[in-house]
Amino acid sequence: MTARYVLRRLGGTLVLLLVLSVAVFALLQAAPGDPARTLLGPRNATPDALAAVRARHHLDQPFAVQYLRWAGDALRLDLGTSIRTGASVSATIGGRLALTGQLVGLGLAIAVLLGVPGGVLAALRRYRATDRAVQTASLIALSTPAFAGGLVLIYVFSLMLGWFPAYGPGTGGDRLPHLVLPAVALALGVTAVLLKLTRAAVIRELDKEHVVFARARGVAERRILVHYVLRGALVPVLTGVGLVVAYLLAGTVMVEQVFALPGLGSLLVDSVTYRDVPLVQAEALLIAVLVCLAGLLTDLAQPLIDPRLRPAADAPRRPKERR
Amino acid sequence: MTSPRALGRPRGLPGPSGLRPLTALSVLVAFLLLAASLFGQTLLPHWDAQDITAGARMPGGGHLLGTDELGRDIAQMVIAGARSTLTGAALVALGSMVIGNVLGLLAGYLGGWTDVLVRRWADLLLAVPALLVTLVVAGIGGGGWALAVCALIVLTSPSDIRLVRTAALEQRHLPYVEAAETLGLPGRTVMLRHIWPNTLPVVFANTLLNFAGAVVSLSSLSFLGLGVPPGAPDWGRMLSENRNLLWTNPSAALAPAVLIVLSAVVLNLLGDRVLEAFSKRGKS
Repeated sequence: MTARYVLRRLGGTLVLLLVLSVAVFALLQAAPGDPARTLLGPRNATPDALAAVRARHHLDQPFAVQYLRWAGDALRLDLGTSIRTGASVSATIGGRLALTGQLVGLGLAIAVLLGVPGGVLAALRRYRATDRAVQTASLIALSTPAFAGGLVLIYVFSLMLGWFPAYGPGTGGDRLPHLVLPAVALALGVTAVLLKLTRAAVIRELDKEHVVFARARGVAERRILVHYVLRGALVPVLTGVGLVVAYLLAGTVMVEQVFALPGLGSLLVDSVTYRDVPLVQAEALLIAVLVCLAGLLTDLAQPLIDPRLRPAADAPRRPKERR
Repeated sequence: MTSPRALGRPRGLPGPSGLRPLTALSVLVAFLLLAASLFGQTLLPHWDAQDITAGARMPGGGHLLGTDELGRDIAQMVIAGARSTLTGAALVALGSMVIGNVLGLLAGYLGGWTDVLVRRWADLLLAVPALLVTLVVAGIGGGGWALAVCALIVLTSPSDIRLVRTAALEQRHLPYVEAAETLGLPGRTVMLRHIWPNTLPVVFANTLLNFAGAVVSLSSLSFLGLGVPPGAPDWGRMLSENRNLLWTNPSAALAPAVLIVLSAVVLNLLGDRVLEAFSKRGKS
């Protein structure tokens, strides 16, 4: 992997992040009414208070200057104070980061552990009963919004069977049983997406000539599967894993609401409902950074895994693919 | 592991190509849901009749699915609630189809700078999580069903843009397009009368899949309280309001959940079948 490739990808990510951060900052202007009143919230809007808010947030200066000051503060993790509670935004977010991080991590693990083997199995048993069954299950999972799935899980596994607690984050040691049902609800749709992707990628590899030839010259089936098929399917699957991070983050919003978990998702819903603009901006920025980072990581991992994707230093560059 | 030689080899055809029972059933369910969303509120004008004395009852006693906390009949509410989710989702799918067709056709046919700009735009929209953006935009912009639908249209359109662009690009260099251009037909005619009709089957299938996705995201938004106004019947809102009845009348929360999933399953299934039928036709 050349330094140039890394630099280009880094540059692309930074540009994307810049565009997204301008959009996030513009939210304040997009909110109906005077930005100063929006930032003041329900407090008494005396002329003095409005003037103080305007001065503190540089609202009388051009948009570009406001943005630069805001972005500069954001880089130093100073994201202002919440309108509703008056607490520091960074501290509020920091206090909830762990729970949501654990939830997303567990959800991603479930999705990868179910979706990838499921997709491989469906592809190997293509068009047969196993494939149909796996595909039907994945269709239902894809069609289930996280909140509906979560509710059904609570009904079946908490109320009827009593295996897992229904609500709350748990205290200290019993955090894991409290997170099992939410993580499964969160993983439903993502598992289906990964399964579909893996199945298509494995089928594509199975139909390739080098696999047909390996079979013709009598290479053991297990070796064909592991060294030829799965190795070829790894890159699209890994790209898929990077893409679904965004879905998972969106899912936490609903899952935390259903399971009464005080994480970043429920914080976002609360702050959107109360129009707590600084908090919403900070969360949107955090999500943008995470999504960009996931994209960058998958981009950088691709040439590490697949030598065919490595840009050769002295080889003539292949024409850029257009589709 | 599978037997040697059988690894991943398709056995026979992908199944009978006629109308399979499951497909027929999906069409039937789709028509029932359509009927409920069109006529439900007209046929059941008393869907929101309250009876506090008979609140949160289990099914029975004239109430097929029991009642909610205010004594409203769950079965009637569920039928009346079909409209907001399904019409909203249909609007999202159709709006995104229109945007996708216009931009995709222009990008695929004209190429050059138009193509680069359209592709960058679609990439940008694909990079952001649609539901979160809609949540933030609808919340900060003052909420409301119309704003949520508009935001979802914009955020769903990249899938249509990419699809139509690829389809147009495939047709672009086929002999019939060159023939039409040689005849001196204007670009607009070639695009609309010659290329566009050939992209329609995939577009139709994708619209059904987008429809299913929009059912999921719109009901999620009303679950979070950012969709329909209070008092309007809606599956996502019912689910959110009746969550606490899981112990007294579970069907109050489970019925809307089942209907949301059923709608999305049926639409996803039909979309897959249309796509399948089309790709088979293309090969034979």
